[in-house]
Amino acid sequence: MTTVYIPTPLRRLTANQSKVEIQGETLGAVLKALGETYPGVEERIFDDRGQVKRFINVFVNDDEMRTLQGLDTPVRPEDKISIVPAMAGGS
Amino acid sequence: MSGANGRIFPATSEKDTMPILTRDQLLARISERVPETTPREVHDWLQNGADVRVIDIRERDEWIQGHIPGATHLSRSFLELQIEQIEPNRDARIVLYCAGGVRSLLAAANLQEMGYTNVLSMIGGFNGWKNLGLDIEIPRYLTPAQRERYDRHLILPELGEAGQIKLLDGKVLLVGAGGLGSPAALYLAAAGVGTIGIIDYDLVDRTNLQRQILHGEATIGQPKVDSAIQRLHDLNPDIEVIGYREPLTSHNAFEILRGYDVVLNGSDNFPTRYLVNDACHMLGIPLVDASIFMFEGQVTVYQPADPSRGIEGGPCYRCLYPDPPPPGEVPSCAEAGVLGVLPGIIGSIQAVEAIKLIAEIGEPLVGRLLMYDALAQEFRTLNVRRDPDCPLCGDHPTLYELIDYEQFCGVPAAPVTPSAT
Repeated sequence: MTTVYIPTPLRRLTANQSKVEIQGETLGAVLKALGETYPGVEERIFDDRGQVKRFINVFVNDDEMRTLQGLDTPVRPEDKISIVPAMAGGS
Repeated sequence: MSGANGRIFPATSEKDTMPILTRDQLLARISERVPETTPREVHDWLQNGADVRVIDIRERDEWIQGHIPGATHLSRSFLELQIEQIEPNRDARIVLYCAGGVRSLLAAANLQEMGYTNVLSMIGGFNGWKNLGLDIEIPRYLTPAQRERYDRHLILPELGEAGQIKLLDGKVLLVGAGGLGSPAALYLAAAGVGTIGIIDYDLVDRTNLQRQILHGEATIGQPKVDSAIQRLHDLNPDIEVIGYREPLTSHNAFEILRGYDVVLNGSDNFPTRYLVNDACHMLGIPLVDASIFMFEGQVTVYQPADPSRGIEGGPCYRCLYPDPPPPGEVPSCAEAGVLGVLPGIIGSIQAVEAIKLIAEIGEPLVGRLLMYDALAQEFRTLNVRRDPDCPLCGDHPTLYELIDYEQFCGVPAAPVTPSAT
């Protein structure tokens, strides 16, 4: 099972969990399974064309997926996936 | 340990090995084993870029009156204690000078005892140098009051007096005097960053006080910039604080940002974030960016490339977030809440980065996104890269002027306030 860090804005969809364990061979498969386990998450991450939205970065361990193999990036059980959306708050 | 006769040490044998010398006898003896050089020779070495380290061993009040350009100051009273921090290599060529060439002779002998093999004393000292009409450098220095105030910085080798002078010459603009801007402003002012600009057109209200530690009950209802100026001047009257009580827009951004060394982003909306990013990139100003939400924060530094200073640069906000989220998709702190301490942590990290950039020390948080989760009490650092397709900083940029950021972010045209809630 791969660990997925859930950003604060999505935690209301994951029963307030900040980390969840998800099975999958590739990054795309993990995110899809995440959406199946926690309804509502998928449409927050993916746009209509099935691409990760442009204001969200997804990292496998320390590196952003676009610098790897995108959604095809293979993931191992010990990997950590981080979903990082743009946040505007500062005041 | 005193014996029956009350003596601690056997004095007689010491007396045999330690002859009594007059001042002149001591100097004569030392000059036999310490080689000397002349101001002209030292000048030529420095001009030709020869491998030589010139150390001024006079007292501080002599040094600040003027010194040999390129010399390092290390007063004789700390010479043996600190020489290894300046020159650990025992075979390096070291020239010591004082005012007239006597103290440097004695000091050179002390370094020889530490194993320095190539120490020279400069004949005639700094007076000899000046008598030849050679150039001197008059250093900038801190006043006694500044030395007292910044004492804990001055004893840090990474900062010292030179670093503190850089901070005093530094200019930082804070976008927003709110959650992030409050701790950042306080620490930057305390650190002696000489010019702090603050742009915010909001007024202090009671809901701010849970986290915006610049303000207090006494300033409720006042403009935040006025409240900030009062508080910062109380903390450190040595600095200048400039308030801009206006919204930051595409029309005034260049005028306000130009001239600052670092911009620190504490705004609370996407249009201002894209505006500040674009303006900073176009002006070549490093941007210490951060955002907070509930219990979570992000910090990074967007540093434009500057080949003339050897700065490679990193990604910008648009590399990370090419498009803003549609309005309403990401809730604000006013809607979802924020832990009051959270901006204290994140804004303080921003202050650290601003100080590092100004003092040119350490590794800036460029190309790395620092994530903080207060509930898990966890920091993570993620790598972020410049996007070659970025319209602003990519290989083929298309964005050369500021745009309409409300329209870009799809929000109705409303005044952009850095810290409205």
